[in-house]
This record gives sequence, structure tokens and C-alpha cells, in this order.
Amino acid sequence: MPKVPGLIKGLTVTFGELTKTVTRGAQTVQYPHEKEAPPIRARGVIALHEENCTACMLCSRECPDWCIYIEGHKTLAPPRRAGGKPRSVNKLDRFDIDYALCMYCGICVEVCPFEALFWSPEYEYSEPKIADLLHDKTRLGQWMETVPEFEPYEPGAEVKAKKVPK
Amino acid sequence: MTDLVDRRQMAYIAAQAADARVNVELETEGMTLNIGPQHPATHGTLRIVIQLDGEEVVAADPVMGYMHRGYEKLAEVRTYPQVTTLVNRIDWLGSFANEVPFILAAEQLMDIEAPPRAQWIRTILFELGRIANVTLFLGDMGVQLGAISPVFYAFRDREFILNQIEAATGGRFHPNFDRIGGVKDDLPAGWIADTKVALKAIQRFCDEMEDLIVGNEIFAARTRGIGVIPADIGLSYGLSGANIRASGVDWDLRRDAPCGLVYDQVDWKVWTHPDGDSFARYWVRLQEVREACGIVEQLLDGLPAGPIMAKVPRIIKVPEGEAYVETENPLGIMGYYVISQGGLEPFRVKIRSASFSNISIAPWLLKGTFVPDVITILASLYFILGDVDR
Amino acid sequence: MLATVAAEFAYWQTSIFKLLMAFVAVLIPAGGTVYLYLFKMVSFLQSRLGPMEAGPYGSLQLVAEVGKWAQKEDVVPSRADAFVFKAAPYVVLISTFLLVIVVPFGPDAVFADFDTGIFLALAVSSISVIGILMAGWASASKYSLLGGLRAAGQLIAYELPMVLAVVGVVIQAGTLNMQGIVEAQTTGEIFGWGALGHPFILTQFVGFFIFLIAVQAELAQTPFDMPVAESELVTGYMTEYSGFRFLLFFIGEFATANIFAFLASVLFLGGWSVPPFIMDAVPGLAPQVDGLAAALGGTTGVAEASFSPWFNLIGPVVMAVKMLALTFIVYWVRFTYPRFREDQLQSFAWKVLIPISLVNIAVTGVLKVVF
Ligand code: SF4
Ligand code: SF4
Repeated sequence: MPKVPGLIKGLTVTFGELTKTVTRGAQTVQYPHEKEAPPIRARGVIALHEENCTACMLCSRECPDWCIYIEGHKTLAPPRRAGGKPRSVNKLDRFDIDYALCMYCGICVEVCPFEALFWSPEYEYSEPKIADLLHDKTRLGQWMETVPEFEPYEPGAEVKAKKVPK
Repeated sequence: MTDLVDRRQMAYIAAQAADARVNVELETEGMTLNIGPQHPATHGTLRIVIQLDGEEVVAADPVMGYMHRGYEKLAEVRTYPQVTTLVNRIDWLGSFANEVPFILAAEQLMDIEAPPRAQWIRTILFELGRIANVTLFLGDMGVQLGAISPVFYAFRDREFILNQIEAATGGRFHPNFDRIGGVKDDLPAGWIADTKVALKAIQRFCDEMEDLIVGNEIFAARTRGIGVIPADIGLSYGLSGANIRASGVDWDLRRDAPCGLVYDQVDWKVWTHPDGDSFARYWVRLQEVREACGIVEQLLDGLPAGPIMAKVPRIIKVPEGEAYVETENPLGIMGYYVISQGGLEPFRVKIRSASFSNISIAPWLLKGTFVPDVITILASLYFILGDVDR
Repeated sequence: MLATVAAEFAYWQTSIFKLLMAFVAVLIPAGGTVYLYLFKMVSFLQSRLGPMEAGPYGSLQLVAEVGKWAQKEDVVPSRADAFVFKAAPYVVLISTFLLVIVVPFGPDAVFADFDTGIFLALAVSSISVIGILMAGWASASKYSLLGGLRAAGQLIAYELPMVLAVVGVVIQAGTLNMQGIVEAQTTGEIFGWGALGHPFILTQFVGFFIFLIAVQAELAQTPFDMPVAESELVTGYMTEYSGFRFLLFFIGEFATANIFAFLASVLFLGGWSVPPFIMDAVPGLAPQVDGLAAALGGTTGVAEASFSPWFNLIGPVVMAVKMLALTFIVYWVRFTYPRFREDQLQSFAWKVLIPISLVNIAVTGVLKVVF
């Protein structure tokens, strides 16, 4: 068979794509009208489960650009068992993450020893003013609703899937 | 009076003589052209100062550093786990591959070996990073030469790979997934099957590029014999990766020194091309993407069960010492020279990034070419500005 | 019928009407092809949808773009030659408008019916070179200068194959008049078979091919777009232009593409006319002469047929369809191929296209004498 000139072949490739788009639709989505679902692990925004946080500052210290601001104070919580002594706990006063600085590296979520931070795949929180990207603890707490359950693993994995506290 | 006439005559003769000289050896003035730092062909902020004679390049001088972000210095004040977030951003198209040599160097210093499953996952993601990186080159080379469509196909099909990287690591561009002693997490259920589908898309893309670009006569006319790098000169300039393999040098660290990665477990081939011109560099990269698809597919089939993390102390302190680890990254050889003095942070990190060495040949290569060929050559050398400037 | 209506108006009235129609003939097809091909077809080619927000299916995108351009600041570089810099886009546009006046859209629907129409068209099409050189030189930018010089070299090199490709048509039609060429194609026949007429694409396919390539080069579309090569010269001679003046260049570029497509359809595809078998089938369309055969008997091949006035209405539609088909090829090629290098382009023109078109002329001449 004689070789088809590359110029002709190239034209058929682009024409093939043209007909594909016409018959089967485009590969792109029309963003504000339709949205792609990000994968469950996607690092979209960090959600804070406030009850678990002990203001231990680990996340704030491990963050590579130190964009987590934490303040807390010690208080006495009611005893766990009746008749026990009141416990001394750290109460969060302030927990801010500055998303203008955040690198979305996930270190804070990983180092938190008390399972207080979670990733949510939510991504639509851009702001016209950069200062508004500082999310305080109420805002971070609201993201908790959007945190999906952890996925099961591929066969052969030894790690156990964690649970999201709700 | 006669004096004046004489002088006029003399002046006239002198002018005639000057004209004649000009006509004999047409003295044309050179022109300096700044390509960049804001120029569509420099993939970012490279600046190349070119001395032109007509459209011929007399001298070319790359000016780097517009994107210098000081990662080597920053790494000195970051703990070891934090450094990976920085080095992610060196070659931003195949980010995962940047983390691996650094982590391997740290592991070497701490004398830890990652469990097999972690090594396999690392290798899989490493190759996915290569695919994500080089597919973009395959399309972008078309754009640099004036064909607009290929780059859209590249972005479209690269998306499938990025989706898989995101599904496994959580980050599209900056996975930050590699940890000292293993990887951060195991693969989610269904990932292997999805990845195989994504690889099919990439293979289809490679076939398309074969028809659209490699087979195109205009492309061949533009790239064949343009920017020929002889093997010895390329080696002496420190070229690596597909750039040197396109000159016929059979040198691939994945096969020759697969430190910490499991390339010896799969059946694959190092591609070379004897010509050393821009066409060869494109062709070799195209074959490498195909080969990478094959590697990932085999690795996915043979993924061993087991843990993904070795025993690592919670607070990572690296004992005193020095280590240099290099791997075959998408752009060429990338190495980290890590010096530790026993603290939480590295004392000094030297990053050998592939693109920096790869464009150092540009002044030699560009001399005597024409402006359109400058673009072809720069595009085919394939550098990423983050990788050049760090 | 329409001709008689037209005759009732005064000269100045018809002149104004023609002026308006010239704007329509330039701008409407330009807008249409930009939307159809530059926005939509190329997007589809690249598996995306293109502009979708402005108007239904993005159809008003062009209006939005024009509005955006019109309100932008008119920047003139400080070291530019301001007058020449400002005038350059208009020179390019003038060439476009001069081109359109010779294109016939129907038996009477023509702005000016010159006896040497095609000759004039080819001549005025090179005026745009002057505009481009002006733009390149006056911008005081190295990229613009390189782009302008490249454009000049390229446009001149491709003028020649284009002219030579047309010569074959002229020999076959026996006239330089555009209407005459259309008539020759409608009433002609190939070896005694006249149902299709005689569109010159069938016998002059070499010329057609060369003409298309030369048009692609004249319009500086990929693979011949070095003058604007965006990866080398930013946008060549247009680099320093912004706002409204850029818009003028833009209109000039795409309107000229259409007009060249119009010219090609007149020269090779039978122009505003339809093949005779359709004319015969539809009542009222047949040429109003006593017997088609008598008209065909002429030795020159040009019959003195007078066409149904309905063609003044059908003609523009027919022309638009043919133009769309041809511009589709232009943009399809444009968005598929990489570009040539300068010297390759020149040697392609001088060593390949021109010899082939010369041979084509010789063969056409010989065959014309033989048959
Ligand atoms: S994701 Fe990284 S950068 Fe962002 S807050 Fe957490 S640790 Fe800091
Ligand atoms: S979020 Fe976790 S790491 Fe951060 S302060 Fe609270 S408990 Fe500590």
C-alpha cells in the first residue's frame, strides 16, 4: 500500500476530532453550569472539627509557611465520669487558616494527632479581596459538612480506612 | 576659488569611494533581539539575548533567574517533611518525580528502606508524572511550530493522568505524597482499573501525535537537521534525559541505576535515536511516553501487597552525613545533594535540575541558526523554567 | 425585472446603495466566518465548545469582542512614526474593499463590472502589502519590523503563482471579465456533456490547487503564517497595535479571506450560477435565449446568454455556500499544520508552485488550441 502523505493524515485526525465533538460532545464542561466532581481525596479546603482540637499547635508548627494561627486557653471541663475530678482542657479561641498563603500540602492534616483536621474536595471559595481568604474557625467548621467519608483501599493494602467524625 | 572647487571635487570623490565600498561589502548593522522574558515561546520567563544579522543568529545568550525562588536556601530552614512541598514546585508538570530523589537521599542518610509496595507505588506515580510532563511537550512542540491543535489534545488527554494522580494523592499538580520511609497513603479502591483506562487515552494520544506531527512533512522539514547535538558535545555540556538519548547515547538511570525504584522488575526498553536533531528529540520523547505507559501497566498488574510505610520515628531527625541521589526525571537527570548535621533541617541541599544543564548548550547550539529555528531548538530542548531557575 | 427596478433610481442613490452593500458584503461574511470557523469549528476541532455565554450558543461573542476592542485605549508607541502607524490598518482595509467591488454576486448584482475584473482584483490585492510594510516599519519594534519584512517577501512571492494559476482560467474562459468567466462555466460543457456546465475546477484542478495554496499564503494563514508567527515574533507586524486599529487588521484579515474565497468560487466553482441541470429543472431559472444550443455554438466558448434576474437573489446565497466551503478548507488547514520556515516557503513558491503553474498554462494553451 502506498504511504498516505502525513499532510493528509493530519487533516483526517483533526477532522475526526471535529466529528467526534459534534456527535459525542466536547471533552470540556461548561463550568458554572456543570461541574466536575473532584476525587474524594482532592485537597480542596481544610475543615476543622473543633471538638477534637486541643490547641496543641502541632499543625501550626509543621505548616511549611506558617499560615495557621491558633490561640487557646486552659479551662476546666466537667468530669467524664460522675464524681470524677474536673478535667483541664485547652479551649480554642482562635483557629485561622490563611488560604492566601496555604500551599495545600496537607501536612497539617497529616500531623494532627487528634483527628481535628480533614480535607474537603470543595473548591469554590474564591474571594474578591485577598484578606477574606482568611477562614476563621466557624468558617472552617462549616466545611466539616462537605468532608466525604474516607474511601476503601485497593486490595493488598494494610492500612485501615479511617472514619470521619460527624 | 580653485581651492573650493578642489575641495568639492575631493569630497565628491571621497563620497563615491565610500559608496563603492558599501556596494562591495554591504556593511549591515547587527540587531539585538531580546526574546523574553515576556515572550510566547519561552514557556515562562526565560530571556535570550540574540544578536541578529538579518534573521541569522550571531550570538545567543540565555539570561536565567527571573523565576528564582531560592528553594535550596529555603530548604535549609524547613524540616525534611516540609521540603517535599517546596521541591514539588521545581518541575511543575511532573511534580511527583521531584520529591523522589530528595526522599531517597534522606532515606539513605537515615538508613531506611521503603517497603516494596511503597516502592511500586512510587515508581507508578513517578512514571505518571513523566507522562503528564512529556505529553504536554508533545503538544507544545506543535504550538511552537505553529500548529495550534496538538496542544489542546495534549491538555485534554493529560487531564486523565492528572485525575488519576489527584485521585491517589489528593493534589493535581503538587502531590506531596512521598514520605521518608514510604508513601503517605495507599491507593484508593478502583484506582488501578481507572488508571488503565487513562493510559489507553494516552496511547491514543500518542498515535494521534504520530499522525498529526511526526508524520507531517512540514514538521519534518522544520525539525530534521535543525539543532544537531553531537553526542560528545552534548555530554560535555551535561545534557541528560531524552536530549542526550536523541543523540544516540544509551544512558538512562532508570535502567543503569534504579536507586529505590523498581524498574528492574518490569520489561521495558530505552529508546535512542542516532540523529541528535530536533526531530530525534521529539521522536524519542514520543516513544518514551509509550514506554512509560507500558511500564505503569506492568507495575499495576504486579503491585505487591503489604505495608506502605517503614518504621520511621515520629519526629524525623536525620543523622549527620552527606548523600547524593539522582534519578531519571521527565526532563533529564535530577539529583539532590543533601548534607545533614543531625538536625531537623538539612544543613545544605544542592539541587541538580535537568533543565538548567539542558539549556546551557543553547549558546553553542543557536549560533548560525535562523530566528524560526531558535524557536524550534528551544522547544525541542524542552526545559521548564521552574526547573531552570529553581 | 430587478435590473429595471435598479434603473429607476438616480445615480447617487444607486451609489449609496452600492456603498452600503459593499459594507454588507465585507462585514457580514467576515463576522459569519469568524463565528462559524474561528470560534466554533476550531473549538470543535480541539474537543471543546468555544464561546458559549454571549448570546445563544455564543453567537453574539463577536459583538462583545468588537465592543471590547472599540473601548480600548488606542496606544501608539512613543518612538513610532505616528501618522504611518495610524494609517496602516486603513490601507490594509482599503485593499479589502477594493477587492470586493469586482466580485459578482449575480448577473446585475455586481458593484462594478470591469472588463478586466480579475486583473484588477489581483492588482489591488497587493495594496495590503503596503499597509503591512507600513505597520511593520512604523511600529518601531523589532518584532514588527521582522514581521513586516517577512510579510512583504511572502506576499510578493505568492502573488506570482496566484496570477499564473488564474491565467489558465482566463485562457479557458477567453475573458478577463468576471461575469464572462461565470457565464463560460455555466454554459460550457466538458466533451459535449453539459449537465454540470463546466466549472473550471474540473479541468483546471492544478490551477485551483495552486490558487488555494497561494491564497493561504496571501492571507498569512498557517502553514504560511510567518509574518505573524506568534511563537517567534509575538504577532509580527500587529504586535504594537491595540484596540480599534487591531480590530481593523482583524477585519482586514478575515474579510480578505472571504473575498479570496469568493474569487476562487467565481474562478473555479462557477460563481453565483448553478449547474445547468438545476436551471433546467427549476422553472424560471433557465437562461432566456432562444435555445441553449445556439448560445453554445460560439467559438470562443463564451455564450451571450442572459440569465434569469432571479439570480440576483439566488446568486449571493450560492456564493455564500461556495465561500463557506472554501473557507472551511482554509481554516481546517490552518488549525492542523505547523508552519514553514521562511526560506522553505520562498523556495516552495519559486521552485515548485511557479514551475507547475507555468506548465499548467502551457498545457492549457496547447489543449485549448487542439480542441
Ligand atoms: S495545607 Fe500545608 S500550607 Fe496549608 S495550612 Fe496545611 S500545612 Fe499549612
Ligand atoms: S488541629 Fe490538630 S494539630 Fe492543630 S492544634 Fe488542633 S489538635 Fe493540634
